[in-house]
Amino acid sequence: MVHLILFSVFGLICIAGAVNLLVQSHPINSALSLIAVMASLAVEYMLLGAEFVAVIQVIIYAGAIMVLFVFVIMLLNAGQEERSKGSRVALLFGIPATVVGSAIGAWVLIEHSGTGNVAIGALPGPPNQIAELLFHDFLLPFEITSILILIAIMGAVVLAARPESVQHTKKEG
Amino acid sequence: MIPLSYYLVLSGILFTCGVLGFLIKRNIITIFMSIELMLNGVNLSFVAFAAQWHVLGGQVFVFFVMVVAAAEAAVGLAIIIAVYRTRETLNVDRIDLLKL
Repeated sequence: MVHLILFSVFGLICIAGAVNLLVQSHPINSALSLIAVMASLAVEYMLLGAEFVAVIQVIIYAGAIMVLFVFVIMLLNAGQEERSKGSRVALLFGIPATVVGSAIGAWVLIEHSGTGNVAIGALPGPPNQIAELLFHDFLLPFEITSILILIAIMGAVVLAARPESVQHTKKEG
Repeated sequence: MIPLSYYLVLSGILFTCGVLGFLIKRNIITIFMSIELMLNGVNLSFVAFAAQWHVLGGQVFVFFVMVVAAAEAAVGLAIIIAVYRTRETLNVDRIDLLKL
């Protein structure tokens, strides 16, 4: 019973945040509601027992990635978004299609997915077991992600640098 | 004890909201945030299925998805800054030419 109450409360916060992201016209409001979605998703991970995932959800997603987003919104001084003809057509057809699609999807999942019940904290994912997997079974993918991050850092620096300064470093190097 | 399908429905709703935001939003930063919302929906179903089959690999995969999302956010926001510098707008309807 406690499980169902906690799941519903934080699930509703999640959905409300996601809908608020769509409704708000200012990007900073959307960003803040996305942070609410991520924080309540961390609670859902906790309910499933995935403590490590819940913690990195808060630290990486709600912490690092969203700070980057808010930083860029403030840097570019993004204002209200303008509605256009194309977005009105997307609204007109997109909203009914998504409502019908998610209703059918939810019905299929609840009635015919063939999945069982999960208890509260069903699969504990303590950091030592996750680390065993990451540094033993998934060692190669883990090392590849470090290269990926390195490439992403260099790409971000090159892309965000002013064109003149790139020319300048090319001449020097 | 609650059915696992509730978690899957929640993850499906989050994913659908992400798709809808991707379609109806006109601000390039908000579109980018909708992609993050979709990734979050997928992560929830990874963790839910991991709990169903008692395999910790699902939680490790969430870690990898987050790493990719972080890399994507860094590169994507750099691209947004570069676009804003040349076009002076964030509205995707006005960014419709490959060449300036």
